Amino acid sequence: MESSIWIFLLLSVLKVAVVTVILLTAVAYTVLLERKVVGRIQNRWGPSRVGPFGLLQPLADGIKLFLKEDLMPSNVYKPLYIAAPMIALTCALISIGVVPFGKEVFVKGVDIFQISDINIGLLVILGVTSVGVYGIALSGWSSNSKYSLLGSLRSSAQLVSYELALGLSLVGVVLRAGSFRLRDIVDIQSTHGLLSWNVFGGLQFVAFFIYLTAAYAETNRAPFDLPEAESELTAGYHTEYSSMKFAMFFMAEYANMITVSCVATLLFLGGWSSPFGNLLPAWGGPVVQALLPVFWFVVKVFFFLFLYIWVRGTLPRFRYDQLMGFGWKFLLPVAILNIIATSLWLAYRV
Amino acid sequence: MHLVLFFIFGGLCVAGALNLLLQRHPINSALSLIVVMTSLAVLYLLLGAEFLAAAQVIVYSGAIMVLFTFVIMLLNAGREEKTHGSKAAYIVGFPGAAAILGVLAYIFLKQSGNLGSAKLGEYLVTTSDLSRVLFRDLLLPFEVTSVLILIAILGAVALARKGHE
Repeated sequence: MESSIWIFLLLSVLKVAVVTVILLTAVAYTVLLERKVVGRIQNRWGPSRVGPFGLLQPLADGIKLFLKEDLMPSNVYKPLYIAAPMIALTCALISIGVVPFGKEVFVKGVDIFQISDINIGLLVILGVTSVGVYGIALSGWSSNSKYSLLGSLRSSAQLVSYELALGLSLVGVVLRAGSFRLRDIVDIQSTHGLLSWNVFGGLQFVAFFIYLTAAYAETNRAPFDLPEAESELTAGYHTEYSSMKFAMFFMAEYANMITVSCVATLLFLGGWSSPFGNLLPAWGGPVVQALLPVFWFVVKVFFFLFLYIWVRGTLPRFRYDQLMGFGWKFLLPVAILNIIATSLWLAYRV
Repeated sequence: MHLVLFFIFGGLCVAGALNLLLQRHPINSALSLIVVMTSLAVLYLLLGAEFLAAAQVIVYSGAIMVLFTFVIMLLNAGREEKTHGSKAAYIVGFPGAAAILGVLAYIFLKQSGNLGSAKLGEYLVTTSDLSRVLFRDLLLPFEVTSVLILIAILGAVALARKGHE
């Protein structure tokens, strides 16, 4: 009994460490991917000098940010100025802890493809993201600068408004699965491959559109990047930050992008399930069978990340009143209609 | 294990509440309130109310307190002046608070047999259990409450529009 607890603890710590390292590497390379893809969209090369195809650019950026002088303006409110980037990054990293990356595979009684499998996984992600607002809100206020303050005010208002549409868009999916547990939600989508995914067979495409739009707003990404609109606000809430503190905000933004992509994959695109369902014969040994779902998961997440960058390279920024009007007058009512339609349909089928 | 967690987060809750009163800057008080709300969520979780815990974090820590800090930031409220306090607070306030605390403690201790008790980590109330109670046994109060909230929202909108015309 004693030794099994130690093995459990050790494996859990190992899992957390591995997932964190992978996530941070993914963050670094998403930045590179974004610079490359946006570069090609704008008909230029993007980073290409550091290493083959610019592949070592994230490393060079990391070293640069570490070595930069950490400037602190004289009139900031110190405790919160220092705490804000930490809050932002911590909240961005925590929510990956409930995301399942592949089928349940137990090694010594520990599921190796998910850090923590809990009944209310989806709610935990929503809760952690909603607390993440404080990082941005407090950074703007404590910097004691007009650009930062305006940026963080915009951001808090935007996040609170779009959180409603985001939460309501997920209700349809939860109704279909009858559970908040992410594994249950994926399980009901993995029977007939592509056809049973929530976005197609589950008829949740309206919810999918609302979720994606609201999630772009939640992560402060274009076309909803008003909190850091450089033409009006210099850099928005992180204007006064430099060196690693700036890097923490930057990492938090990209980590949030990855979490949002993971959640979109799990809820609408069938998570780790193969798009071909059971059409393809099961080949390879048990190791291949365990790793194949992870491959599908990564492919889908990559698709969403690419979509993020594509949208950023294509769409112009919203105006502030358009942003609020779109969130409250369009997305929210449509999300509520989607819930009603889904409930009626489910009630009719039963 | 549960008991240790209870003492940690119970302590955090009380410490946050005290800090809320003692801090002189409104934003620090608001942040202490967030600590209180979030530790309460952990206490709910320890008692097995997982949906309530998540809702507490999402609604109170994540939405209502964001609006609090938003308003404080928007109004740019400064530090509070330290005063000696009003005499009424000393004469009526402290004894009154003590009396209410005493009465509540007395009633809870006396009625503890009727109220029943829940051990930490003993059982789990799943979301479907909760909704079954809410939408079957307590349907009428639930709907009445939602109508009440709707009226409050309409009232707020009506008040906000008045200045416009």
